[in-house]
Amino acid sequence: MPLDQSFVGRRYPPTVPYQVGREKIREFAAAIGDANPAYTDVEAARALGHPDLVAPPTFAIVLSMRASHQVVKDPALGLDYTRVVHGEQRFSYTRPIVAGDELSVIVTVEKIRSMAGSDIITTRGEIVTTSGEAVCSAYSTLVARAPDPLPETRVPS
Amino acid sequence: MTTTVTYDGVEVGEQLPHRSFPIARADLVRYAGASGDFNPIHWNARFAVEVGLPDVIAHGMFTMATAVRLVTDWIGDPGAVVDYSVRFTKAVVVPDDEGGATLDVEGVVAEKLEDGLVRIDLTARSGDDKVLGMARATVRLS
Repeated sequence: MPLDQSFVGRRYPPTVPYQVGREKIREFAAAIGDANPAYTDVEAARALGHPDLVAPPTFAIVLSMRASHQVVKDPALGLDYTRVVHGEQRFSYTRPIVAGDELSVIVTVEKIRSMAGSDIITTRGEIVTTSGEAVCSAYSTLVARAPDPLPETRVPS
Repeated sequence: MTTTVTYDGVEVGEQLPHRSFPIARADLVRYAGASGDFNPIHWNARFAVEVGLPDVIAHGMFTMATAVRLVTDWIGDPGAVVDYSVRFTKAVVVPDDEGGATLDVEGVVAEKLEDGLVRIDLTARSGDDKVLGMARATVRLS
């Protein structure tokens, strides 16, 4: 089912502020199995020049994925979330996310297309502090896989 | 930002130390909690098969996070990663057994840019499958 093209260009208001906490950074680092002290030890992070614990390079997904749900889980879009897989992801940082940051995400729908029956949507999430400082842009492409062919139409392998 | 590797000290073509990362079902559960992505394709085999997958698959974002560890370990300061992008080319199937899956990651210094920036190209495989494409991290070195 094709997605609603009128979503392209839509820009959403900033999301409710997210408090980046030391414990969440520690939890995320443990979940990815990374013992880098910059993620867990405040003195180690400060020795590298950061004000507090630094978040891992993909940590922004905690904020950006939830924010993109404004788009991808909107029934009006027509996306079948049960068939969604992640196609591409990019993070572009102005500065690293650190514990103590208070961040909002401004989501824009960048692109919608179809390819071989799959629906593809790209959203951009601009992550900014509540005082307006740009921190990171997160670009996410999701693919809703085409339905499996009916048994009688499958080409025998 | 303070990196252990310096801009002047690296050369295009230089290989980063490669790593093999084991991935078990339990890791996906923990990552679901930490990231907030509770999509059942990452922990529920019945659901994964119902929607046409062979078995539970790892979060693409978990694979992305794991692969860049090669870079952050090499440079020391994870805050020096200024850009990181990947395509998810193949799912990482994580069976519910002793072995789980293994992610093999290699990296090479691909380009030296202006302003202390260096681009590293990563390849990530699970078994014979290349699971990430166009995986590139740009870092700012001291």
